[in-house]
Amino acid sequence: MNTTWSRFNIVSLVIGFAFLYLPIVLLVVFSFNESRLVTVWAGFSTKWYVSLFNNKSFIDAAWVTIRVGLISATVATILGTLGALALTRYTRFRGRMLFSAMIYAPLVMPEVITGLSLLLLFVAIGFDRGIWTVTLAHITFTMCFVAVVVQSRLVTFDRSLEEAAMDLGATPVTTFFKVTLPVILPAVVSGWMLAFTLSLDDLVISSFTSGPGATTLPMRIYSQVRLGVTPEINAACTILIAIVAVGVVIASVANKRREVQKARDEQAAARH
Amino acid sequence: MKSLGSFRRKFAPWNDPEAKPYISFENVTKKFGDFTAVDDLSLTIYNREFFALLGASGCGKSTLLRMLAGFEEPTSGRILLDGQDLRGIPPYKRPVNMMFQSYALFPHMTVEGNIAFGLRQDGMPKNEIEARVAEMLKLVKLEQFAKRKPHQLSGGQRQRVALARCVAKRPKVLLLDEPLGALDKKLREETQFELMDLQMKLGLTFVVVTHDQEEAMTMADRIAVMDKGKVKQVATPAEVYEAPNSKFVADFIGNVNMFEGTVSTVVPGKVDINVPADKITIRTDATRDCSAGQPVGFAIRPEKIRLSRKEPADTSINAAHGELYDIAYFGDMTVFHVRLESGRIIKAASLNAVRTVDNPLGYDDMVWVNFDTDAGILLTA
Repeated sequence: MNTTWSRFNIVSLVIGFAFLYLPIVLLVVFSFNESRLVTVWAGFSTKWYVSLFNNKSFIDAAWVTIRVGLISATVATILGTLGALALTRYTRFRGRMLFSAMIYAPLVMPEVITGLSLLLLFVAIGFDRGIWTVTLAHITFTMCFVAVVVQSRLVTFDRSLEEAAMDLGATPVTTFFKVTLPVILPAVVSGWMLAFTLSLDDLVISSFTSGPGATTLPMRIYSQVRLGVTPEINAACTILIAIVAVGVVIASVANKRREVQKARDEQAAARH
Repeated sequence: MKSLGSFRRKFAPWNDPEAKPYISFENVTKKFGDFTAVDDLSLTIYNREFFALLGASGCGKSTLLRMLAGFEEPTSGRILLDGQDLRGIPPYKRPVNMMFQSYALFPHMTVEGNIAFGLRQDGMPKNEIEARVAEMLKLVKLEQFAKRKPHQLSGGQRQRVALARCVAKRPKVLLLDEPLGALDKKLREETQFELMDLQMKLGLTFVVVTHDQEEAMTMADRIAVMDKGKVKQVATPAEVYEAPNSKFVADFIGNVNMFEGTVSTVVPGKVDINVPADKITIRTDATRDCSAGQPVGFAIRPEKIRLSRKEPADTSINAAHGELYDIAYFGDMTVFHVRLESGRIIKAASLNAVRTVDNPLGYDDMVWVNFDTDAGILLTA
């Protein structure tokens, strides 16, 4: 393998990463700007973070976002896992292919359509819009992501594990909680995290389905930007980026560690 | 009186008309859509028996085992265990335990946790569980591996954990699905004897599914040879080998030379068979009723055929002349392929009981094959 770096390689790498990260780097840098202007550097300061934490509307929006995210991710994970189980287990029912395809459809559905149709539904049944309608909407669109993630794990799940549990005297319910769930747990957890992240940064569907007193952080930021960008927004976004980055790093380090440990154990076992 | 093969032990409840069967399949049929996996099958298995279901893949042997475990329900017919009809009883309420081909060890539990799983489901007190787990670990010699997870064990160790886990509950019947399939040859041979010892020690009934005939012959008290959802023969390993009841069984178990011919004359105790294709006449003991003109089969095992350069005294019956076409040397024995004038290949095996021989048989040598009247099997089915 050729491991030397040609000038061409270096240039394409720099351009590629600059394309991806330059906007984000700029956003982070200017969140520490002394000046009110977001394009002129006037020295380092953390004052925008202080003012952000004193801005009640931002803090309220953050709480709404977290509440919606936690509740919707949890409910979506339960429903999505059940859906994935049904679709992988009962392979002999009529129209299974249709159901399988239908679970993928919302993944590619334009958000505007999902948002609009949910809004129309809530209006039609007379459901007052607020935090609960946003939560329901988020459950709706994140559920299929969870189902897809869990389904891909279940495809490789050895059914004889469940049969063994039942053979040893476990009822179907015990079998699910003691054997199936622990084995597929990593997929369920990543499904939850995916749902939570999607809910956290959703703007379009939230805008359609929210009502008074239920402004999420992305909505808050968006409406603020329309009045003019302040470094406060940069600060809010920087915090969001930090949270997501830390989460991703922890997840991948834990995953890597587990793999390395497993490979080591297997080598040790093979030597016996 | 002459008897077949050697007897391993004096255990033969199937010959005792008084003995009550422990497991009985009564006219059991299992269909998956249009496919009939098990076809109107009846079978009885006795208490403390080591019973093997032997057959090629797709013959229905695994389905039979899964119906006993409760993972499948028969389409028709019934299964009795110790006098109790098993219909409708879910797997978790049946007094049988199964060892899976993949072992199906719970990856998130330790060896101890796996073994204790079934005991916990029964609500056994904690101290009794601990005692039983320790006893099981000792039985399978895995005491120092109690805290390991399955992926930290070798294949042979996993197999023993799987065994300990399903024995721990002291089931009435232990079902084993290809128990040695995933082990290498040497380990498999050792484990066969371990399994037999364990079965004797615990006094359990074992039903094992296998496609490996040597495994079945070594371990089982009786073997059921299966084909296309039906049982072809149920008998001891020696009977299945030396007295197969059909061409299928004779051909399926071990090596065999099969001849097709018609009965020419029947004298008391003997039958002469004409094999026009190979221009030979076979005289064999009349072990089955047949009449002149009836088409029959004749099967003879390679090790029961004699091979020599010298012409036998009587060449009119049970003898043929041919050239040595192939020699397969296995160390302990050699299998010679003799090509008759008709082009037919006959396999003859001889034990290499001495290390050196003068003038051994070589390729292209002209040889005579012959055999005794009681060496082969007359087959009418």
